[in-house]
Amino acid sequence: MEHIPTTWYLLLAAILFSIGAGGVLIRRNTLVIFMCVEMMMNAANLTFVAFAREFGSTTGQVFVFMVMTVAAVEVAIGLAILVELYRHVKSVNIDSFDSLKG
Amino acid sequence: MAAIAVIFSKNAVHSALFLLLNFIMLAGLYILMSAQFIAALQVIVYAGAIVVLILFVIMLLGAELGESVPTWFTPKNMFVALLSLILLTLAGTAVKRNFPENLSTLNTPSDWGSVENVGMALFTDYVLAFEIAGVLLLVGIIGVVVLSGWERKIEEIGPTPIKQLPDIPYIQQEDIF
Repeated sequence: MEHIPTTWYLLLAAILFSIGAGGVLIRRNTLVIFMCVEMMMNAANLTFVAFAREFGSTTGQVFVFMVMTVAAVEVAIGLAILVELYRHVKSVNIDSFDSLKG
Repeated sequence: MAAIAVIFSKNAVHSALFLLLNFIMLAGLYILMSAQFIAALQVIVYAGAIVVLILFVIMLLGAELGESVPTWFTPKNMFVALLSLILLTLAGTAVKRNFPENLSTLNTPSDWGSVENVGMALFTDYVLAFEIAGVLLLVGIIGVVVLSGWERKIEEIGPTPIKQLPDIPYIQQEDIF
C-alpha cells in the first residue's frame, strides 16, 4: 500500500483545527460551539496518531485514548449544564448567558 | 469538506450530521494509517456516543434554529475568519518548515496500531493513567446526575430558608447568624 507522508496528516489537522477555532468564534449557537470544540480535539488526535505512526510507538495512541475519555466526559457534563441553563434562560444563544447569578 | 459544512449550515441538526460525517472520515484515515484500535474507538465513542448525545440535546431543546437571522459577513465575522486563516497559515508553514522532505514511515511495523499492542501498552506502562481515566468517567457520571437532579429536588421541597432570607430585614439576619 502506498504510504501517505506524515506531513499531509499534519496539514489536514491544522486545517481542521483552524476551521474549528473559526467556528467557535463565529457561531452563537452553544451546541454548534460544542461541535466545533469536538472538531478541534479531533485535529489534536489526528496529530497524535500521525506522530505515533511516524515513530512507531503506542504512546501516542494511549494519549488519544485519554483525549477521547476526556471528550466524552466533557460533552456529557457540558450538555447537562446547557440543559439546566436552557431551563433558566430559554435560549441557546451564547450571548444570553451573560449573568452569573442565573 | 464536511468540517466547513458544520460551521456554515444554519440548522444545528444538519451541523451535527456533518460532524458525524467528519468523524467517520477521520476513522477512515486512522484505518489508512493502520491504527485499527483508534479507528474503532473513534467510531464507537465519537460517532456513536457523542454525536447521538448532541443530537438528542438539540432535539430536546428544540434548538435547531438558534440563529434565526444568520448574520454572516459582518465586520466581526470577517475579522474572525481572517484570524483563523492566519492561524492556518502559521500552522501550515510550521509544518512545512519542520518537515520539508517526505518522512519515511516504512520502518513502522504494520501491526503497530492493533488492539493487541495498544492494549498491552495500556495495561502495562500506562495502567495508572488508565485507572485515572476510569475515575474521571465516574466523576463525570456523578456530576451529570447531580446537575440534572439537584434543581428539581429543590423545586419539589419548595423554597429553602436561604432563599427567603432577602425578605427578612437586615438586623434580623444578624440575629440569625
